[in-house]
Amino acid sequence: MPTDAVTQTGSPPPTAAPRVALRHLLGLEDLSGDQITGILDLAAQMKAVNARRIKKLPTLRGVTVLTLFVEPSTRTRMSFELAAKRLSADVMSFSAATSSLSKGETLIDTAKNLEAMGPDLIVIRHGAAGAPRLLTQHVGCGVVSGGDGFHEHPTQGLLDAFTLREKLGSLAGRKIAIVGDILHSRVARSNIWGLGKLGADVHVAGPATMLPAGIEDMGCTAHARVEPALEGADAVMMLRVQRERMDGGFFPSAHEFHRFFGLDEERLKLCKPGAPVLHPGPMNRGVEIAPEVADGPQSVILEQVENGVAVRMAVLYLVAATHGLDGRVD
Amino acid sequence: MRPVLKPDGPDRVLVGRNEVPVLLRQMADAITVLAWPRDGVLAPDARPRPWLVGIHRGGVHVARELADVIALSEGWRPLLGSIDVSFYRDDVWLRGPRATDRGTDLPGDPTGQRIVLVDDVLFTGRTTRAALNVLMDFGRPEAVRLCVLIERGGRELPLAADFAGAHADVGPADSVELHYDADGRIGRVGVEARVARA
Repeated sequence: MPTDAVTQTGSPPPTAAPRVALRHLLGLEDLSGDQITGILDLAAQMKAVNARRIKKLPTLRGVTVLTLFVEPSTRTRMSFELAAKRLSADVMSFSAATSSLSKGETLIDTAKNLEAMGPDLIVIRHGAAGAPRLLTQHVGCGVVSGGDGFHEHPTQGLLDAFTLREKLGSLAGRKIAIVGDILHSRVARSNIWGLGKLGADVHVAGPATMLPAGIEDMGCTAHARVEPALEGADAVMMLRVQRERMDGGFFPSAHEFHRFFGLDEERLKLCKPGAPVLHPGPMNRGVEIAPEVADGPQSVILEQVENGVAVRMAVLYLVAATHGLDGRVD
Repeated sequence: MRPVLKPDGPDRVLVGRNEVPVLLRQMADAITVLAWPRDGVLAPDARPRPWLVGIHRGGVHVARELADVIALSEGWRPLLGSIDVSFYRDDVWLRGPRATDRGTDLPGDPTGQRIVLVDDVLFTGRTTRAALNVLMDFGRPEAVRLCVLIERGGRELPLAADFAGAHADVGPADSVELHYDADGRIGRVGVEARVARA
């Protein structure tokens, strides 16, 4: 839907930068490569703020951001809240466990009640794919997805692209391997869309039971073994093995998964020398990633967390300011 | 008295190619001699040297050329910085978010420093207000002066330039624009019709 996308409108004054608008952020599938690049450029400016003594911008003063997390999360929620605070926005937090949702209220009723408190922007995480899009049909404010079901986790995709761009420069033609539980991973989907639109050559690998049918239609190459994905890769992203799903018969045991798909120092040598290693967290050490790789010199896992704040600042700024254009904020 | 310029000729030239260096020379003298007049009692080497901090985009070019002029005549080159006011603008809610890949880059902590804020054109004063706020978020300068190549009418905030290369007599529908040569140096200053703030 074009209304969800970043659009460049009008012809700006000769000396002014192009205007960008982002009404909602529901997934990277909706964005073009140029639009993603625009967000990453903004995020680079935001990251510079995080290195200042006064880590605060006045940009979103008077804006209220509501975080509506119906699924558990620590780093994504804290990252969004810190991002909002660094832009001088006010933050309201809502967590499902202590709320009326646990008393049977529907998501839409909850959202409408919260909307009555006047947030300018809602960040939602929900276990059901499509919940953020549903929300946009019932509330007037901007909606940013913090992850929905197996669908997308767009800000994670953006921060991964940002981290890779910092390490590799342009991603055009770069081979990026995404390894592990592709089936249950919204992170993988956002990365396949996002990295693909930036021109990267995306390879996914995982046990055949965890490679969804038709994944190659998203524009990536799928492998049922890890080695061909890693060979000559410019970067590798390991996904969390969702231990809670191990009883589902997707693979025999954590040990076996590690033997066939885990990233250890030997396998890492298949990639290009110095290839950065990413992981969206939380990590299962010794399952998808060996501790010596997770803590090794090629790991950029903690940089991803740092970059997440900057990327989310860029997204909150774009969405809140776009809604300001509609006259919701004076 | 600084000259009052009117756009000239069919191309509506405000400052011609040969006049740009003259204005820069006058601005450089103002910065080194007039900005802190009490420094006159000090030996030249003992005078604190101000930073030149340009406001993106035009101000950065003006600051760089001013630094070249000062380096030539004074024998020292001021430290240069740049300010991007994107996230400090007061019209984000009117004009929407804008892409930026520039950013603020100062040569160090501005606390205790003398800073000459440099812009190409002083118009409404809103960009200057935003730039001052950016600067204050980095530290507490000893003093800040405002130096612009062209000062024009249309101020919306109570701000004035300490030094201007020239005053421009242009109407509210006019936009003063810098034109650059292929090597990035300021070639001339012209007047164009303003693009409406959609």
